[in-house]
Amino acid sequence: MAVRAQFEGNNEIGVFAKLTNAYCLVAIGGSENFYSIFEGELSEEIPVIHTSIAGCRIIGRMCVGNRHGLLVPNTTTDQELQHIRNSLPDSVMIRRVEERLSALGNVVACNDYVALAHPDLDRETEEILADVLKVEVFRQTVADNVLVGSYCSLSNQGGVVHSKTSVDAQDELSSLLQVPLVAGTVNRGSDVIGGGMVVNDWTAFCGLDTTSTELSVIESVFKLGDSHPSAITTKMRDSLIDSMS
Amino acid sequence: MEYMCDRPTSGPGMILCCQCGTQIEPNPANMCVACLRSEVDITEGIPKQASLFFCRNCERYLQPPNLWVKASLESRELLSVCLKRIKGLNKLVRLVDAGFIWTEPHSKRIKVKLTIQKEVMNGALLQQVFVVEFVVHNQMCDGCHRVEAKDFWRACVQIRQKTTHRKTLFYLEQMILKYKAHVNTSSITQVTDGLDFFYGQKQDARKMMEFLQSIVPCRYKTGEELVSHDPKCNVFNYKHTYSVEIVPICKDEVVCLPPKLAQHLGNIGQLCVVYRVTQAIHIIDPNTCQIAEVPGPIFWRSPFNAVCGRNQMTEFIVMEIEIISDKDKRHVAGRGTVSQKHVLAGVWVVKASELGVTDQQFHCHTYLGHLLRPGDTVLGFDMRAANVNDAYVDKIRADRLPDVILIKKMYTDSTKRARKRKWQLKHLDEGAQATMETRDYNEFLEDLEEDVEYRQNINIYKDPSKLAVDTDDTDDEDAPKISLAEMLDDLHIAEDATGGEGADMMGEGADMME
Repeated sequence: MAVRAQFEGNNEIGVFAKLTNAYCLVAIGGSENFYSIFEGELSEEIPVIHTSIAGCRIIGRMCVGNRHGLLVPNTTTDQELQHIRNSLPDSVMIRRVEERLSALGNVVACNDYVALAHPDLDRETEEILADVLKVEVFRQTVADNVLVGSYCSLSNQGGVVHSKTSVDAQDELSSLLQVPLVAGTVNRGSDVIGGGMVVNDWTAFCGLDTTSTELSVIESVFKLGDSHPSAITTKMRDSLIDSMS
Repeated sequence: MEYMCDRPTSGPGMILCCQCGTQIEPNPANMCVACLRSEVDITEGIPKQASLFFCRNCERYLQPPNLWVKASLESRELLSVCLKRIKGLNKLVRLVDAGFIWTEPHSKRIKVKLTIQKEVMNGALLQQVFVVEFVVHNQMCDGCHRVEAKDFWRACVQIRQKTTHRKTLFYLEQMILKYKAHVNTSSITQVTDGLDFFYGQKQDARKMMEFLQSIVPCRYKTGEELVSHDPKCNVFNYKHTYSVEIVPICKDEVVCLPPKLAQHLGNIGQLCVVYRVTQAIHIIDPNTCQIAEVPGPIFWRSPFNAVCGRNQMTEFIVMEIEIISDKDKRHVAGRGTVSQKHVLAGVWVVKASELGVTDQQFHCHTYLGHLLRPGDTVLGFDMRAANVNDAYVDKIRADRLPDVILIKKMYTDSTKRARKRKWQLKHLDEGAQATMETRDYNEFLEDLEEDVEYRQNINIYKDPSKLAVDTDDTDDEDAPKISLAEMLDDLHIAEDATGGEGADMMGEGADMME
């Protein structure tokens, strides 16, 4: 089920939150509304953590993570690191990365198995990514944009990429990621998918401007909620047709 | 991973419109055109109605802040005025096309169809056609306002002639009317010794000056008065005045030329009669019938005065006349042109006032031999009785001065002639009829009747009130008349639908048909 949310009037909620299958980071805002939406949706399964990174609220763009780990930029203070460490489940590794492209959320997009990275990312960072997040790293672009983290959003079920991504590029990416991809938009036509939404395997959060059409695209590609086809029409289909013929 | 092979594999794939979910090519707004249209109105902020100000007097449109532009309906100029009145058409909107939609001219509405393009929602270019309606309001422009108030002028032409009568000015008035040199005047006033023409702009006054110089011998001086100035913008606001002095010599005056000038004009006699004033002063020597022209510049180089004006003329009765044939004429070496239109004659005359009292007769030469017969009345200048104040006359030896200089033949009583006159002239100021009844004016009309060449540049109109009268009173003397063929019909259309203006236009049309 995809949920609409807004951070202090801003629809780019991917900037202010980071959602994985094991934890959720939420920026510290003036009010608790934004936090409450995540809390209400997720608190039964995973910890929802209030934090800042390097004193900034734009935590979604600063860090990258999945259910295995979390990478934060070098500017993260010890206190913040300690707080996040304390709040995360024990299975999740956290690591500070010394990387020139410090907005890790913008330069890396990942699910629990594969990561797309900025072509200029440090080799060392790439190794850390592979080690900590336990992913295979591909240096790629999305619709000729190097900021792969900003222009696409991935889960283990599927992914949404920039609306201008060519069919060839979509095919190539989906063969790398081994998940179905779709070109789409969030926030009423915005191409900045990573900035406009956060997603994990069972839920997604989009900006408040996201239209129902966009939501339905997101729900179907990420196989959220009720919209994914039932077993009868997928797994049992062949046998049914077999028996009828 | 399975591919759907029938999809086109190159170029961006189709996406769903974020509003309605139809398949579209990705565009900057990621919306289909219909949704984009409904979402944003690019004409927002552009008023759909505006007002134009129009001056009915000069038929110009106001282009704020204070420029008045001449523009006909559906013209380029009007379109530019209209577009400048639309506020929102600036940087953000691109104007692609503009044109008029026809509206009834009397509706005071002007409709302009505009096509604009605007970039919306991160780079999508949207085009839209819409109509702006202009309401035309009447507003008198500054210039017309001042003209209406009759107190405004930027340039003034003051025409002056220092004479006792206004014949040359009457002639000038007719010339101005004929050539419509007065169309741009903001007002015309009559003053003693002349006329003042006022203009809103300097170049109109210049034009009038050029016209005057081609019509009458004159000279001018210019003056300017600084009304206001702005030293910061280097703007100076002047009132220009042209003072035009017309030669103080009129038709039918006796002049005494300076000896040098007389010599220069082909040894003409010093005492001459002015028989016409056009671009130059035309003079004739009564003793020899020799004629000469004195153009303005030459006159101003060696000016001379009238010895005898209209007031000093006396009536004489012709007693005896003998035409002097060519062979009897005294031949003078280096003599100029002799008039072929005049006939030299020797005449014996008696003063009309002394007829029967004394039998003192004077003998003189005259150029009126073709007109005079014994018993005729003729106007002349009695040199012996006159008190002449002229430096050149004083230097002529007394025995070489003629006793009498005959100037023009006098026909019947002028009131009678005026009554029988079947034509009339137009005037600059139709209201000022009182001045037209003076003796000067009557004489001017008589001059026109007597001289064909004098009237050839003048529009003469039939007088409907006189034409109707049956002209049967046959005390037909030889007073010259203007034939009907020379007269023009002055059209008067009473109660025309278009009002006074139309009638005026028709009148002008009649002028041009001449």
